[in-house]
Amino acid sequence: MASGRERILRRRIKSVQSTKKITRAMELIAASRIVRAQQAIAAARPYVTQMRKVVADLGHDPEGQRHPLFRQPEETRRAAIVAITADRGLAGAYNSSVIRTTERLIREYESAGVDVMLVTTGKKAQSYFRYRGRAAESFIGFSERPAFGDAREVAAVVMRAFEEGEVDTVNLVYTRFLSLGSQQVTTRQLIPLLREDIESGTEDDAAEDSGGTIVYEFEPDPEEIVEKLLPSWVEAELLVALLEGAASEQAARQRAMKAATDNANDLLETLTREANNARQAEITQEISEIVGGANALAGASATSE
Amino acid sequence: MTLQVALVVPDRELWSGEARTVIAKTTEGDIGVLTGHSPMFGILAEATVVQILTEDSDVRAAVSGGFLSVADDRVSVLAAQAQLGEEVDLEEARRDLAAALAEAQVIGEDSPAVKYATARLRAAGDQA
Repeated sequence: MASGRERILRRRIKSVQSTKKITRAMELIAASRIVRAQQAIAAARPYVTQMRKVVADLGHDPEGQRHPLFRQPEETRRAAIVAITADRGLAGAYNSSVIRTTERLIREYESAGVDVMLVTTGKKAQSYFRYRGRAAESFIGFSERPAFGDAREVAAVVMRAFEEGEVDTVNLVYTRFLSLGSQQVTTRQLIPLLREDIESGTEDDAAEDSGGTIVYEFEPDPEEIVEKLLPSWVEAELLVALLEGAASEQAARQRAMKAATDNANDLLETLTREANNARQAEITQEISEIVGGANALAGASATSE
Repeated sequence: MTLQVALVVPDRELWSGEARTVIAKTTEGDIGVLTGHSPMFGILAEATVVQILTEDSDVRAAVSGGFLSVADDRVSVLAAQAQLGEEVDLEEARRDLAAALAEAQVIGEDSPAVKYATARLRAAGDQA
């Protein structure tokens, strides 16, 4: 019969084993979902590339530049922040990195006397900010598989605020998916459009067909086009951010679950050793008790004779 | 010389390839694009059919609205929603139209859904 100590160790081993099974399964699921998420990014690329190109071309047009989208506000009074997180946890530092960066940005703005309008996607950001009593417009339920319709809903809220003059600038905090091994929390100013974004949009263009900046004929006039194009552009940029976030979430989860599985393996090894040790100690003790008992008996019978 | 045409929606490239002519309707009026067209950028009319004429076929696509850009014999059609005529399920499109019409009757005007459903039927060659 196993002693108390060994029994406790065996029970712990069982529980660690079942935890390991779960983390291993989650690791494999995340790995397969990364592929799907990457495909979604690739599928959205043609649309987004075209959209960026067009916006860049408009940014070069003197008339188009007059639109508020391209003008830096003289003074920022109210800023919108869109933070993209996941609905589920167990994804390593994925959620907390975005939330921490968002918090820092909020503090920076507020210490400069700028009001912040917060927009979040994902349950994690929603519950974090709700718990801390910060009002936020939250969207949930699509972090792992964002569709264009989801990007549209988020864009609509942001655009309404910008068009009605409620906010002067819109920032985006999301996780860029650079590669399987590397994701990076990024803060990006979406509106007004930064000069460098206009330039990089044209660079893509140049790389593609070696043409420089083209002077377009705009029908109707550029300002009206920017007016119409702006919501679509914001939708496209949000879609990319959501898709990259989804891929990053899966990558982070895979890494976190792999680490958990590895830890479980190490723990199992140690626990098994301890359990064997305990069992051996018990056997040794039993033997010495028997031997001791036999010796005592032998000694007793020797003296009695 | 041919035109390089790409018809893209947010989640994929719906159609791309070489074509002789692209016919579309912008907010300013109907436009036909041939090779050598000067660079232009326009807003597509709400729910129209874009026609792409290639050497051997006539591709029609229903587009909910979007943008058209032409430069260096490259034509890009950017749409939030689009469907190729050959991919339109007539039954489904008719049902969508009927549903949209019923809804529109409540509001009292043609909704975007009605226009888009009609455009889908037109792209599929149905004169409903």
